[in-house]
Amino acid sequence: MILALVEHDGGTPEELSLEGLAMARKLSTAEGQPLEAVAFGDEADALGDELGEYGVETVHCVAHDRLERYAPDAWAESVVQLASRREAETITAPGTDRSREVLARVGASLDAPLATNCLAVDVADDGAYELRRNRWGGSLIEHARLTGEHKLLTAAEHEFPIEPAASPTEPSVSTVEPDLEDDLFTVQVDRVESGDEEGIPLGEARVVVGGGRGVGSAEDYDQLEELAELLGGTVGASRAAVNEGWRPHDDQVGQTGAKISPDVYIACGISGAVQHMVGCKGADTLLAINTDSEAAIVQKADWAVIGDLHEVVPELNETLRDAT
Amino acid sequence: MKVLACIKRVPNTGAKIVLTEDEQRIDTSGLGFTMSPHEECAIEEAVAQVETHGGSAHVLTLGPSEADEQLRTGLAMQADEATLLETDGEEWSPRATADAIADGIGRLGDDEGFDLLLFGNESADAANYQVGVRVANELGYPCVTGIKDLEIEDGTAIAKREVSGGEEVYELDLPAVVTVKEGLNEPRYASMRAKMQARRQEIESVEPRTESGSDGLEKVRLEAPETDDSPAEILGEGPEAVPRIVEILAEEVEVV
Repeated sequence: MILALVEHDGGTPEELSLEGLAMARKLSTAEGQPLEAVAFGDEADALGDELGEYGVETVHCVAHDRLERYAPDAWAESVVQLASRREAETITAPGTDRSREVLARVGASLDAPLATNCLAVDVADDGAYELRRNRWGGSLIEHARLTGEHKLLTAAEHEFPIEPAASPTEPSVSTVEPDLEDDLFTVQVDRVESGDEEGIPLGEARVVVGGGRGVGSAEDYDQLEELAELLGGTVGASRAAVNEGWRPHDDQVGQTGAKISPDVYIACGISGAVQHMVGCKGADTLLAINTDSEAAIVQKADWAVIGDLHEVVPELNETLRDAT
Repeated sequence: MKVLACIKRVPNTGAKIVLTEDEQRIDTSGLGFTMSPHEECAIEEAVAQVETHGGSAHVLTLGPSEADEQLRTGLAMQADEATLLETDGEEWSPRATADAIADGIGRLGDDEGFDLLLFGNESADAANYQVGVRVANELGYPCVTGIKDLEIEDGTAIAKREVSGGEEVYELDLPAVVTVKEGLNEPRYASMRAKMQARRQEIESVEPRTESGSDGLEKVRLEAPETDDSPAEILGEGPEAVPRIVEILAEEVEVV
């Protein structure tokens, strides 16, 4: 049996979890094994309807009176107990901070291997998983074999397309009550402090206006802010710009920052280093504004404007303002 | 307080990554070496916490003898001691790496152990996201991951992790393992004098007692993915391109 960890918001599965399910279903089909899901939190039982579209046969909802707040070790132990009871040999999870750390804990607990960042999976004749996974944020791909009594995998972000199953299921929904010792709650969210930031989070924005070293100063981001606002988007930055102190690290797009997946990424004064490009490769389209027609970003863009962003962006803002 | 920062030597890749002929590794001829920005923050945090609370900051890596270069970067950033778990340069699986680190730190210096163990959230090259978690499991220490804000008060770590719309706050008693992300702090630049001093400092070399083994996740080969090299459509030069930009945004991307 393939057990897929699913994160959700009040019974609606998260997009990355549907990507993780797409990977799990690939394995389920290849092995002829049933696909089951495990979910935590309020209203997990409402997941049944939607997960049926993706071929899930059973949804296991974990219920425990101490699990009101997230506790990674308790989540991992719940998954381990369920996997043992259901004889799940394969456990998958989406490419989120939470799921990755839970699966790492499952791997430590079961002493089992975990392949993170998977972008393709298949099953070899000998039963081993043949997979491809991202390295270097995706600038390299590793071909690997995953073997063992338990196989754990997390999906890379935005690699597995979300497609309904050929034959939808009507999942049964069951409640699981794991036996959880006190020490599994040593690490637990104590409280959540709401952010003071306004606007759309980078990871969710349909339009991202990125600024790099070419912006030149913190003040010059005002024009990028205006462009982002006119397009209903948000501003990102390269590591170079963050290191200059022009933008907070939260705005950083790249391997050690945010991974974005907007409809369009407008990269202004960004050279296009590998470490930056792996953060924005999820963008559907890329428009570069750069003085250097030889810059790497121009080679990688769909459209490019060769010119100084300090001249192009204000003019663009004015045109967009007039149009609205 | 004793704080340990664990780091990993990786090639400083340029705009294009070239593989060796056998596709087992990156062709590093002509490349320098570095560590992940996450790990630079781990070293900075170790040193800064010791500056605040007293004690000593250690830096450790599992890697070839050349990895002393990265350990010396840590010493130049004012870490007190450095330890190399020396390998022959082959890649160790995350489980084997965790085994070697958990076993290795038990054999360092005095018997007191570390109060705080810092790791990068994921390495720059392999990005397995699990060595810190597995070390914590072996030592029986609590572990939080992906931390961008850390305070230590009276033996308690207050750690914050970004989530959509805010920050999750964790409080855990030391000893603990914390994996960190860039943005946690601003790593200091080592002065030339500090770099010179670091060059003369002794690095303790410890032979791992555990095996490198692939442990179920076995690399077959690496591949440099095809990149879309079709040239961009040049919309124009300077502000004269604006009407075309607006057209693209309105018709192709449909965001206007």
